[in-house]
Amino acid sequence: MGIPAVLALEDGHLYRGTAFGAIGECFGEVVFNTSMTGYQEVVTDPSYRGQIVAMTYPLIGNYGVNEEDVESHRPWVEGFVVRELSRITSNWRSRKSLGQYLEENGVPGIEGIDTRALTKHLRTVGAMRAVLSSTDTDADSLIAKARAAPSLVGRDLVAEVSCDKPWEWKPELATTGPKVCVMDYGVKYGILRRLKALGCRVVVMPARSTAEEVMAQAPRGVLLSNGPGDPEPVTYAVETVRRLIEDPPGGRRLPVFGICQGHHFITLALGGKTRKLKFGHHGANHPVRDEKTGQVAITVQNHGFVGDMETLRRDDVEITHINLNDMTLEGLRHRKWPVFAVQFHPEASPGPHDAHYLFRTFLDMMQGAHA
Amino acid sequence: MPKRTDIHKILVIGSGPIIIGQACEFDYSGTQACKALKAEGYEVVLINSNPATIMTDPSVGDRTYIEPITAEFVELVIRHEKPDALLPTVGGQTALNVAEELARTGVLKRYGVEMIGANPEAIAKAEDRNLFKKSMERIGLSVPASCVVKTVEEALATAVEIGLPVILRPSFTLGGTGGGVAYNVEELTEMAKLAISMSPIHEVLIEQSVLGWKEFELEVMRDLKDNVVIICSIENFDAMGVHTGDSITVAPIQTLTDREYQVMRDAAVAIIREIGVETGGSNIQFAIHPDDGRMTVIEMNPRVSRSSALASKATGFPIAKIAAKLAVGYSLDELRNDITRQTPACFEPTIDYCVVKVPRFTFEKFPQAQPVLTTSMRSVGEAMAIGRTFKEALQKALRSLEIGRAGLDDFGAIPDREELKRLLSTPGPERVFRIKQAYQSGFTTDEIYHLSMIDPWFLDNIEQIVEFENGLKKGRKSGGSLEALPHEQLYLAKQYGFSDVQLARLFDTTEKAVRERRAELGIRPKFKSVDTCAAEFEAFTPYYYSTYEQEDE
Repeated sequence: MGIPAVLALEDGHLYRGTAFGAIGECFGEVVFNTSMTGYQEVVTDPSYRGQIVAMTYPLIGNYGVNEEDVESHRPWVEGFVVRELSRITSNWRSRKSLGQYLEENGVPGIEGIDTRALTKHLRTVGAMRAVLSSTDTDADSLIAKARAAPSLVGRDLVAEVSCDKPWEWKPELATTGPKVCVMDYGVKYGILRRLKALGCRVVVMPARSTAEEVMAQAPRGVLLSNGPGDPEPVTYAVETVRRLIEDPPGGRRLPVFGICQGHHFITLALGGKTRKLKFGHHGANHPVRDEKTGQVAITVQNHGFVGDMETLRRDDVEITHINLNDMTLEGLRHRKWPVFAVQFHPEASPGPHDAHYLFRTFLDMMQGAHA
Repeated sequence: MPKRTDIHKILVIGSGPIIIGQACEFDYSGTQACKALKAEGYEVVLINSNPATIMTDPSVGDRTYIEPITAEFVELVIRHEKPDALLPTVGGQTALNVAEELARTGVLKRYGVEMIGANPEAIAKAEDRNLFKKSMERIGLSVPASCVVKTVEEALATAVEIGLPVILRPSFTLGGTGGGVAYNVEELTEMAKLAISMSPIHEVLIEQSVLGWKEFELEVMRDLKDNVVIICSIENFDAMGVHTGDSITVAPIQTLTDREYQVMRDAAVAIIREIGVETGGSNIQFAIHPDDGRMTVIEMNPRVSRSSALASKATGFPIAKIAAKLAVGYSLDELRNDITRQTPACFEPTIDYCVVKVPRFTFEKFPQAQPVLTTSMRSVGEAMAIGRTFKEALQKALRSLEIGRAGLDDFGAIPDREELKRLLSTPGPERVFRIKQAYQSGFTTDEIYHLSMIDPWFLDNIEQIVEFENGLKKGRKSGGSLEALPHEQLYLAKQYGFSDVQLARLFDTTEKAVRERRAELGIRPKFKSVDTCAAEFEAFTPYYYSTYEQEDE
């Protein structure tokens, strides 16, 4: 048997298992993800900053970790929870094991707990603060630590994951299309890869960039990325988005495409509100209906907060996408300005590619805007 | 789109007698479909020659014809009943072939019967090897090099071109009947003769061998609005070369990254659209090279298939029932998920357990048949098990086979190394037990992999079972007893899928004693639900599997 580890929730629930990854202690909001594949993408997704992620699929680590399937330069999950970690890795692209990867990056993991029981508990009571530890196994001490952990609400996590200065994604690859500025609120490489695949020149901008700084790059469009945590305290981002869509420096309105956190910022910039979901949407099988065509895409979701549809009922905003599981807001567009956004992840990674077409829509808008 | 009101009476073709390659799974799907159609208010007429089916119970159809499933008799039923529509996709290959014939010969047109759930063009594109190959090339997917032949001479010429060994796949046959792998010219001559005679259109595909590649299957559904969803992904334990009906299969896929899985998913979506299956389910098989990930499309069944029954039970998504509703005009987003009630059927099930299906063979009843597995199906049944780990599900499935095994048991005297090598490299009904013997005689995972081409991930899990058992045996030898076995060890044994019978054998005691000891320690099975959604939503009508975990549902 390995080193004991404990996951303790703020409500006093305790799950005892075995440590893997780094030996240590971490705090975060514990959420579950229902994707059966893609654990490497999940652990490296900056949107998981501040969260401990439990995978509902019980057998994790089977295909190891490779060099290509990362969504950023490092893991961002605070801690990782699985039912059974594979002892070996089996895949032609595998370079190391998940345990080794997490250990090298200081991320604690726990295996051997009843992840389904944990999931059902979170579904019932909602996402909760928790501590995962392999250095302290005392129940009272851990529960006290979980209760003392900071909540996600009201915290600016975007500042912790965004880049410091502008940089270009894969400048060595040929560019045939327009230049796009991607606001980095915690951007996944998957978004950058999609834009590059369409031939765009991709410049990544820090979250704190002002509208002037963005326009100084002379882009043909702006993509507002995904990102972690509560959107409301990130007032500087909302202000930049508001300027870009309402009152752009230089007076020329560029196409703006928001994804996940970007969707939140557009919602807030348009005067709408966001609220926290009970346990969020984290998975790769959420049906989303395109209200215009009636077609359903199987989408990838990763959000704990959601735009409130009722606060967006105004003549110039059109609701374009609806989640068929709980009928929440999944996408909107402005009727007069070239602005649209989705709550889900069209870049997928991990998950189905059904919504890739939205990048093409964005490209068409940019090329139309130029003509 | 709501259901159609321009059709009232629907003829459903059953699957007829139970034979290898087409067994009770089609009674299951056919019955589900009939019930769904009746519940929607349609008049259901069915034809099935097999009286020992649920489908032919008086309550299932409005009228049932126990007649041979041939074009001639189906035409008689059509003449007598004058149905508005014919649903041929829930009765297996026989039903599909008969429907294809009725369409081709103009019978359906003559009586004004509309084929629903499939169309003759899609059937032809999926079933005719040449058309299928052309379709795949059109959407940029790779298929093994091949050629359709009608004579032995053509078969030999093709083999010279693409190299031996080659796979023979007769067109329009059940469970690959008449097909196989030919390693040399003599075999190919014999096998081509047989295969040509078995195919109803006397056509055989001679195909480049992808023996040893990893084999996968996806269960796909599409509706009239062009929504496409994947219901279940399946990985075959045995590599390419063993018919999927004869292979141990596992759901979901275990050894592909998301990136690789999504390439396969994209291909499946493109295939169902290209072939033109407008509504209902299809099964698509892929092979992937284990060393570099090259992917190739093996085949597609444009109907509810053997794997659909497995996929339905593995995920909680009733494929045949939904397929029937799609055939009469509903779209996936208009149908509810029966288990969660709150969410729509237009989604992809996600599971939080591992499903293992093990085929059941009866080679002892056919002394003239070689107990060797190839591309034509030999198994006569199967058992499925669900566990939280592959180890648990595998052992549960093995003891469900009714072959006198309580799990991954010892399998008689261990043959010598050379004999074991032979047994590992020849797919046979007992190979999973031979893998255990190989570990017991010191083979490494790598050696077993190169002999069997079974993925190291599966092998390592078997090794874990063997290692755990070795630990118990060692403890027993050094005087340990069941009573002295620590709680954690006994609990772990149950989590590894060991039955009380297996543990009793290891400790020279009785099943009853093990059970009582477990009761003393409070080690009892917990029941968890199959709910289509990995507990994300509340389940109203789930079903359950037992496992050893913390929480009982």
